[in-house]
Amino acid sequence: MRYMLRRRINNTIFLGLSVMAALFGAFWLLFIIVSILKNGFQAINWDLFFKDPAPPGFSGGGLRSAFVGQLIITVLASAIGVPIGILGGTFLSEYGRGTRLSRIVSDIADIMISLPSIVVGTFVYTVVVRPMGHFSGYAGAISLAIIMIPVILRSTEEVLRLVPWDLREAAFALGAPYHRVIMDVVYRSAAGGLFTGVILGIARVATETAPLLFTSFNNPFFSLNPNEAMPSLTVTIYQYAMGPYDDWHRLAWGASFVIVVFVLIVNISGRLFIRRRFGR
Amino acid sequence: MKRDGFVERVAFALTFFGAIFVVLILVLMFVVLLYASLDAIEHFGVFRFVFSVKWDPSKSIFGGAGPIYGTVITTIIALIIAVPVSLGIAVFISQLCPEFLKDIFSYSIEMLATIPSIVYGMWGLFSLAPIMRNYIEPFLQRVFLPIPGLRLLFEGTPLGIDLLTSGVVLSIMIIPFIGSIARDNFELVPKELIESAYAMGATRWEVIRDVIIPYSKLGIFGGIIIATGRALGETMAVAFVLGNDHSIHLSLLKSSTTISVTLANEFTEADFNLYSSSLFYLAFILLFLSFLLLGLAKFIVKRRFSR
Repeated sequence: MRYMLRRRINNTIFLGLSVMAALFGAFWLLFIIVSILKNGFQAINWDLFFKDPAPPGFSGGGLRSAFVGQLIITVLASAIGVPIGILGGTFLSEYGRGTRLSRIVSDIADIMISLPSIVVGTFVYTVVVRPMGHFSGYAGAISLAIIMIPVILRSTEEVLRLVPWDLREAAFALGAPYHRVIMDVVYRSAAGGLFTGVILGIARVATETAPLLFTSFNNPFFSLNPNEAMPSLTVTIYQYAMGPYDDWHRLAWGASFVIVVFVLIVNISGRLFIRRRFGR
Repeated sequence: MKRDGFVERVAFALTFFGAIFVVLILVLMFVVLLYASLDAIEHFGVFRFVFSVKWDPSKSIFGGAGPIYGTVITTIIALIIAVPVSLGIAVFISQLCPEFLKDIFSYSIEMLATIPSIVYGMWGLFSLAPIMRNYIEPFLQRVFLPIPGLRLLFEGTPLGIDLLTSGVVLSIMIIPFIGSIARDNFELVPKELIESAYAMGATRWEVIRDVIIPYSKLGIFGGIIIATGRALGETMAVAFVLGNDHSIHLSLLKSSTTISVTLANEFTEADFNLYSSSLFYLAFILLFLSFLLLGLAKFIVKRRFSR
């Protein structure tokens, strides 16, 4: 009986620990969310979106330039990254399906998804910023695109693989060449999933900071020219949070709030969509 | 028909290029970073760079031991906290949690993974660091300072900007990774195995310890390595709460730096060749380490699922 009792006690202890671990995880999430809500919400006003930063030491001002810069960099990055990623993913799931090459590329893409993003920043600095002689929105966009491509490549591959092979065969039987089958059958039936993958990929890089530090750098002024240093929301948060002024901290919290809300909305809707469409 | 053949070839070429692009970039990254660090490699060699602590730009002396040490220690702290906690979370979600809470818990843990690292960093600086400084670190000191060996790890004035706080922030960032990979692996365990263990009279904990965890250990191990890769390369979250100190201290309550934090802080300040070359050298080391780890994880996970 002592033995049974010991087993039962062990059971209670370890299951209790596991419940505590879950609560611990939930606690951090709550802690972070509450911090951001509490500090960020009071920084949200029209000025945040429609005014440019005030000079250091002056109060007021907003982050219009950073929002616009972030948008431009992200759009440029998507313009480079999305097509390459989708094309590559198409190769892995269609022309190269089952080949050794496509397995290797898949593995390498998986590794690249997790490589430190700051290393990408140093790389782009060397091959783009140095030759050009100055920081630029383009360089920032290129570094984000490099991070985005493997993400979109893999999600495209996964999504296209879900399209039943029979569908393709039916189209082949009608005499359609492969590229037509891909365009009209494969892409069309996987459109929702492709779209979701792309959105999640964009959301992922839209919050990157490290690769932008030495590529698009920063710029306190409003700028629409990607050929010069460009402010981004994330680098601005870094700069402002590290800075000495309370007003800067307030703006940084406001920007964090906006980013977190953006990411949460994108991720939740993306996941819900995938779940509804493909089950689990 | 002829036109179709041409378009077909173009389509093939384009998609092929898209696929090969990833590989090209990776190779190029290695080559470029290696080339950019040649100066420093020639100057300091491998051993002298990796094991020398002295980092003094004004005297053109660069040793990478400080950032490498910081990178390794913060990663180890993160793993020590994150591994048991995320396994506990995975056990809870997959085995204990009432059905209606399952999704909520899964989602909230995964939400932790989507919060941008810059936000983690800011939160770490303004919300976590004061708590560490005022409550947790003094508490740890009260507990550990009387113990002879361990006191070395907790000496010094608690500032909240140190190795320990960085490790904690990193652990929170990797908990969702290990947690969700472990959960997925737990769910792959065949129901028959679990049920037969229960039929033998095993308690829940015994089923988890003797059936579920052994069955999924390779997958979990792969997940832990991927998370290690993340922690090694994480920049922004750590940049806020680690200070930027190249010297090496045994105490966890001292400022330090990591490879990525050094890059973030000093890259744009490196105004002469040897300085920037040394930074590239660090970047190359980081790339190399991460690639090795992630490749290993990939290999392990592959073996797990191709059985």
